[in-house]
Amino acid sequence: MSQSVELHHIGMAFGQTRAVSDVSFTVGGGEFFSILGPSGCGKTTILRMTAGFLEPTEGTILIGGRDMRGLGPDQRPTAMIFQSLALFPLMPVWENIAFGLEARGVAKRTRKAKAEELLKLVALEGLGNRMPGELSGGQRQRVAIARALAVEPQVLLLDEPLSALDLKLRQRMRAELRALQKRTGVTFIYITHDQSEALAMSDRVAVMSAGVLQQVGAPRELYDNPATPFVARFVGETNAIPGKVTAIDDGIATIESAYGPLRGRAGNGLSVSMAAKLYVRPEALEQRPDGDGYLRAAIERIDFEGAFALAHGRLPDGSMLIASIPSTELAGAPSIGAPADFSFRPANAVVLSDG
Amino acid sequence: MAELYRRFGSGLGTLFLALVAVWLAGMVLAPNLMMIDYAFRPNLLPAEIGGPRDVYSLDNILYLANESVHRTIFFKTVWASALVAFLTLVVCYPPAYWLAQRATPNHTAVVLLALTIPFWINEVLRTLAWYILLAFRGPLNAVLLALGIIDQPMRWYGDAGVLAGMVYAYILFMLFPIYNAIESLDRSQIEAARDLGASIWRTHWRVVIPHAKAGIATGCVFTFMLAAGSYVAPALLGAPGSRWFTEIIYNWFFEGGDWNRGAAYALVLLVLCLTVVLVTLRIARVNLTDVAK
Repeated sequence: MSQSVELHHIGMAFGQTRAVSDVSFTVGGGEFFSILGPSGCGKTTILRMTAGFLEPTEGTILIGGRDMRGLGPDQRPTAMIFQSLALFPLMPVWENIAFGLEARGVAKRTRKAKAEELLKLVALEGLGNRMPGELSGGQRQRVAIARALAVEPQVLLLDEPLSALDLKLRQRMRAELRALQKRTGVTFIYITHDQSEALAMSDRVAVMSAGVLQQVGAPRELYDNPATPFVARFVGETNAIPGKVTAIDDGIATIESAYGPLRGRAGNGLSVSMAAKLYVRPEALEQRPDGDGYLRAAIERIDFEGAFALAHGRLPDGSMLIASIPSTELAGAPSIGAPADFSFRPANAVVLSDG
Repeated sequence: MAELYRRFGSGLGTLFLALVAVWLAGMVLAPNLMMIDYAFRPNLLPAEIGGPRDVYSLDNILYLANESVHRTIFFKTVWASALVAFLTLVVCYPPAYWLAQRATPNHTAVVLLALTIPFWINEVLRTLAWYILLAFRGPLNAVLLALGIIDQPMRWYGDAGVLAGMVYAYILFMLFPIYNAIESLDRSQIEAARDLGASIWRTHWRVVIPHAKAGIATGCVFTFMLAAGSYVAPALLGAPGSRWFTEIIYNWFFEGGDWNRGAAYALVLLVLCLTVVLVTLRIARVNLTDVAK
């Protein structure tokens, strides 16, 4: 029950507008794969091309090794969960779930039994005769999932289905989706603009920007080893410090910045004398004035976020520095208005070339 | 009403209310009450009105029930009007769906304008256009002869002509309610149905038509009422064999000189139309307020 999805050099143009350029990646069978990017980055276009609603202008899509060119959404082994869920409001829940079977000419008795089975799978037993409008947001979500699973798809395509839910429910649905995916073994391709959602649920994530694939990797890999400046900025919070590469030694690059030399792991294709930026996460900054490079910032404000607080400081040249302080160590936090020194381990920073 | 007074003051507010009341009473209520009054009274010489023979009875309506030719024409008008409504629905549904869901906004604007422009012309003149098109030596026969589809000119006046003229005349009354209804359907519902493997037919039957039900019922009700009350199309495009009930009513008034019997016939038609409308709405589970929208 799980087939791989391969995209080979996919491109899509709407008239003069280019939505997607030369995107290639492979989603393994049974994988929970997310496509992450800001709105308008082409992620929904990729999903709709995979579903068969759009035909790519370039490249090929293979599902289970089979070329999907010319096949409509009804002929592909995929099922889609729409952002609006697109439940049929005038049909009771069980007919919604069994609609795909109805379209395949399955007898009513079998349809009803299958709908019951799926209602059980998504923990909505006994709600089959309700109308979709009588359900809560989370319940409607599960009906949409059950309806898509009813046609036994090889690949489930999800278009930001959690975006309409409130935070608590969204977090619970994340865990449920993840568990459901493991239980059914269906390949999930999940579209989202919410990086924490992508990081929390996925086996692997593809990051997109302006129609171009930036990086594909496991959540940890994206976070620790961003391949491009876009990924470094989009996935998680980061501080970017500009400078010029002066040395690369054993995978560690040194840049000359406005605040002196700073060291971090060298990114791909970096060479000496390139203009580059050093990216260091707020939680990698420690409040101590030693190490081989430190940053002195005047603290402007401290935002308490719960588990941690974010200290916003201003560097000597006026740019911002954000450091995170665990709530348990807030007692030792710098006072507002006072200068504070932050340093970091080179292993916790990465240097990427501009451009 | 309080809102009306608050906005316009007591003087102007009262004037507006009075005008509406006069309009309702004089233009709507009074003629209908007079028609009902006429319908139940005998047709008498002026001297006898108010005399001993001027009593209420069902004679005029019973006359229709016993007159087999008129009765036949009455029932024919009913089912033919239903047929007009059905044919108009069949003609209008595909373009309404296309306009509401598939066309680009530019296409929609152009097509809606193109559909509306002919309706700037009077209904009589539009029907006259069909009169010319369908004439024995007219363009339609000429084209069909030239294409070799027929080898003799056809006489189109009659049932076919009346049907064509009416379907054409009432297209917008069907198209707009359906268009409005389908336009409010979320596109992803159609895509979801397709994604789940539904055929085009099933997608329409299970998803689009149930959603557009109120619009379809509204269009059918409009078209049926207009068809049943139509005079121009049957008078111009009909033949002696395709007489419409409205023509009989006209004859009682203006040729038979019997206004009472004419009023009785008109009353029967009115009651019939009301019944059909209410039954249709009940079947489609649509409220009158939805239709009024």
